[in-house]
Amino acid sequence: MISVTEQASRTRLPGEGAVARLACAVVQPLLSRVVRRIAASHPSVFARLGAHQSTDFLIDPVELPFALHLRPDPRALVLRAVPRDRMPEAGAVIRGKFLLLLELIDSEEDGDAAFFSRDLEVSGDTEAVVRLRNALDDMDGSIAEETAAMFGRPGRAILARLRKSYAEART
Amino acid sequence: MSLAELICPAGTPAALRTAVDAGADAVYCGFQDATNARNFPGLNFTPEELAAAVAYAHARGTKVLLALNTYPPAGKVDLWRQAADIGARLGVDAFIVADMGVADYIARTHPQVRLHLSVQAAASSPEAIRYYCENFGVKRVVLPRILTIPEIRQIRTEIPCEIETFIFGNHGLMVEGRCSLTNYLTGQSTNMDGVCSPASDVEYRREADGSMSSQLAGFTIDCFGPEEKAGYPTICKGRYRTDHREDAYYAFEEPISLNLSRLLPELIDAGVHAFKIEGRQRSKSYVRGVVSAFRKAVDDIRAGRQADIADLVALTEGQKQTQGAFETKKWR
Repeated sequence: MISVTEQASRTRLPGEGAVARLACAVVQPLLSRVVRRIAASHPSVFARLGAHQSTDFLIDPVELPFALHLRPDPRALVLRAVPRDRMPEAGAVIRGKFLLLLELIDSEEDGDAAFFSRDLEVSGDTEAVVRLRNALDDMDGSIAEETAAMFGRPGRAILARLRKSYAEART
Repeated sequence: MSLAELICPAGTPAALRTAVDAGADAVYCGFQDATNARNFPGLNFTPEELAAAVAYAHARGTKVLLALNTYPPAGKVDLWRQAADIGARLGVDAFIVADMGVADYIARTHPQVRLHLSVQAAASSPEAIRYYCENFGVKRVVLPRILTIPEIRQIRTEIPCEIETFIFGNHGLMVEGRCSLTNYLTGQSTNMDGVCSPASDVEYRREADGSMSSQLAGFTIDCFGPEEKAGYPTICKGRYRTDHREDAYYAFEEPISLNLSRLLPELIDAGVHAFKIEGRQRSKSYVRGVVSAFRKAVDDIRAGRQADIADLVALTEGQKQTQGAFETKKWR
């Protein structure tokens, strides 16, 4: 186990105190809906995780005011937003910009390339990270688009704007 | 005449469909066990997944090649034989093998299925290649990445089988199938267990100054500065301190990828039958990008047009690329 709080404090990421806790409370219902829906529509994703279904992953979008705690156990699925001063001990940590992480989940970006460029940072149990990456990569469709579609036209418009800004930032 | 087939990697069923849709002539893949050299966590195919993959590929005119390219430990051949039996039953178009015992079993038991000689066999001379052709009926050899194009052209005239060369991905200069570096540190064998630098033994450490070190089985094999590009955590691409050097240096290889996009016309002219893209461990994004780029390039060359190769450096290891020994043996 690694102390994520210690790592985050070294890198001075945003996301502590009352504002972060409020942001977590606001986003949590959305996360719960998203993770239930994805688990229902992509049940095969769990097989590739093997024993790491019970691993605690911390997915850390560096510019957001919170991180995400994921435990991909199909019997007790966990995806929750956590303030950076209250992050749990995690088996593995995946850290990068929010839109990069989103594009990696959807296989619009290559994880190895993001690692080579140092835009993506991993620590803790490397096997757990590799298994999660391969499990997500074997999913058809787009989690981002499925999530956006849950919120109709406004959701899709927000996603399109986010992707546009990401593409512009890369060029 | 060279057909310039494009042989593409697939680590998952979704990646296989991506490769087929992007224009692969053939896709190579493996089972979720030690029978192939990318036995990585969460990667590869179950027999049921391979059956569906073969159906998907064949319906679109794409071949499926099954990698059985590791070496069984002495007396423990059942896993490899079972994998060959399953592959033959599912209708794969060829087996990619390295071990003579595996080749012999397939040649005797499934003579209707083509045998390709894996780069893991490290067959780089006409004599070695002919031995596999004459004794096991090998139809194609995947050449080690240590030969110049004139050498490949000469070998082509002296062997009775097709030639496949890597064109993108791992530079792979070690004597393949013989490397014991991972085994030395972790106890697991690249060549028999199918895993180089097993993820369970890899650890990355971020230091306070933003630098990152990569460790294998507790040994530090490289340390990257805050802005420095990184590579895979393999011993052969680590930096080491020695008495005769002031700074740590790449003692074996550098983190750099092979990219032969500019040499495709010469390779075709030299008689290379098939071009292989490395990277079964990579994502669908990589497969889509690299296969699409080379599909277009090969089609342009076949049509007599100047190939316009997309910039693939962002997908290369260490974000650096080389033409390696194919251009000159003095590449370093």
